[in-house]
Amino acid sequence: MKSNRREFLKLAAVSAMGIGAARLGFLGDAPAFAEGVPTVANFEEGLKAKHWGMAIHTAKMTPDMIAKCRKACHTEHNVPDIAGPKEIKWFWGANYEETFPTEHGHYLSEEVEHRQFPLLCNQCEAPMCVKVCPTQATFQRPDGIVMMDFHRCIGCRYCMAGCPFGARSFNFQDPRPFIKSFNPHFPTRMRGVVEKCNFCAERLAVGKLPVCVEAAEGALVFGDLSDEQSDIRKALREHFAIRRKPDAGTSPSVYYIL
Amino acid sequence: MLEKALKGSPRYWGTLIALGLVVALGLGFWLYQLTFGMKITGLNRDVSWGFYIAQFTYLVGVAASAVMLVLPYYFHHYKEFSKMIILGEFLAIAAVVMCLGFIVVDIGQPQRMLNVLLNATPNSVLFWDMVVLNGYLFLNIIVGWTSLQYFKNDMTPPKWVKILAIVSVIWAFSIHTVTAFLYAGLPGRHYFLTAIMAARFLASAFCSGPAILLLLTLCLRRLTGFDPGQKAINRLAVIITYAMCVNIFFFLLEVFTSFYSNMPGHIAPFKYLFTGIDGHNMMVPFMWTAVVLGLGCLLFLIPTPIRQNTTALTIGLVMLVIASWIDKGLGLLIGGFTPNPFETVTVYSPTVPEIMISLMVFALGGIVLTVLWKIAIEVRCEVEGGNLSMVPPPAAE
Repeated sequence: MKSNRREFLKLAAVSAMGIGAARLGFLGDAPAFAEGVPTVANFEEGLKAKHWGMAIHTAKMTPDMIAKCRKACHTEHNVPDIAGPKEIKWFWGANYEETFPTEHGHYLSEEVEHRQFPLLCNQCEAPMCVKVCPTQATFQRPDGIVMMDFHRCIGCRYCMAGCPFGARSFNFQDPRPFIKSFNPHFPTRMRGVVEKCNFCAERLAVGKLPVCVEAAEGALVFGDLSDEQSDIRKALREHFAIRRKPDAGTSPSVYYIL
Repeated sequence: MLEKALKGSPRYWGTLIALGLVVALGLGFWLYQLTFGMKITGLNRDVSWGFYIAQFTYLVGVAASAVMLVLPYYFHHYKEFSKMIILGEFLAIAAVVMCLGFIVVDIGQPQRMLNVLLNATPNSVLFWDMVVLNGYLFLNIIVGWTSLQYFKNDMTPPKWVKILAIVSVIWAFSIHTVTAFLYAGLPGRHYFLTAIMAARFLASAFCSGPAILLLLTLCLRRLTGFDPGQKAINRLAVIITYAMCVNIFFFLLEVFTSFYSNMPGHIAPFKYLFTGIDGHNMMVPFMWTAVVLGLGCLLFLIPTPIRQNTTALTIGLVMLVIASWIDKGLGLLIGGFTPNPFETVTVYSPTVPEIMISLMVFALGGIVLTVLWKIAIEVRCEVEGGNLSMVPPPAAE
């Protein structure tokens, strides 16, 4: 307490002396970032749904497009760039067998078999990660989004064992030194907690679509699965789509149009 | 009675100091992990639980050492176990302490541990595992300590101790069942997803826990002259033998279901463990060692004349412990996480710091056990007038 007050007084004194407040360590570049901070008006435009979902036009998701979406997502969410098996990823690409390991026919359409498929959290309707979490650090919102409270997570990694899709990553180390371009509008994480895709809940709240959907130029259709008139339902009516591992019983909200 | 732990031979203190040094060494590695995070372990995105949780799982089984004595003693009035029962209860305490230690070193944010209580979540099996483990710890502390105290004062323990002992028997089943449920309820982890998991945990616990207890007791007999009685030893060896047979039988049931049904997901972990996949065959020598030792120990344990020979019994028990440890303390976790959800193989092997931290927890359990057993033996010695072999002197007959 005492030293905190002393620190505060020191800082106050320095500020009073008029030494460039914006350059003080604890303020960092805050004034420069204040620009994009959402206001009350933005939150009033927030997007709402009963059940958010995503349909993926896999034919349009070329490896380049997946890389573009991945970059957009990882930049938006301060996902650290760590190589190797301890990596952290929210959005990535995988081949057919890895994406649909239970669907390997011997003879497949060559074009489909050689596609890259984007992978992300499936935002399941019956999420196992939520069921097993001992602290409710992983929870499901009424609109179906499965989210993480990074400050409550104890890092037991039970959710990673529970997820049948390998959608979750654990911060085996302090992620901050590995963040290439820092976005001040989304929190960074500390080591020892789990993280994953959040369907850009922070963007939906201010009326923006998920950043991958924006980057994908129509290849990713995002919308309300419970609304028959929504774009996503239209896309699913018109195209044949499958979900990853439906037999795991978690009922993913992400559909792959083949 | 605690004062009995403060006076001892150089051998006693030497043991404690040696274990303390291991703890101190491991503590250094744990600080290293606390500072740099779990990147110092071999764990990764796909094999997110490893050596720590595997040791936790194995030690939950070791805590069964008590129940296999308490059950015959209280339910069937098998009085031969009366001298050994306190050792079983105290070993259970040490085992549960180690279990809790392995959980603490495994989690990424240990200082937030109490969130499990603050945000108690009954739909998480981990919450229930915490409840049953701590409950079992306290039951054994209360029952063990109180009965020892009454024994010291030459009094019959009060009735509530007996009631708690009976509760602890039922409770013991819950710790294995709930720990098995940690794994058995996970979709997409085929090696875990089996209805027989809890039964396997019980069988494996009821052979490995008493086996470790018996080995330690034989060791104790040699070192201090404390003799639990040949009848008790023989009877416990029979219990261990039956449990090991059931344990192997249950494992074979898994093999049948996986391979006869020909379900790819169920076969894959067996393949990884016993033959290797895509050249990743690190586990193969371990698993086949477990097979050889697991079946081999039965040759020493099943024929009664061999089992009743102390040397043969010791060899059989050591084989059993190694086999069951490989099965549960390595194979179960690694097989459960390999292949990963993408049906590819990410190799996991524990790192040196990970093993050093594990040794710290084991040494901590060793200290708890040494101190508790010392107290138990000293009390015995005092009551029996220094006659540790507990053979009643002729005059008393």
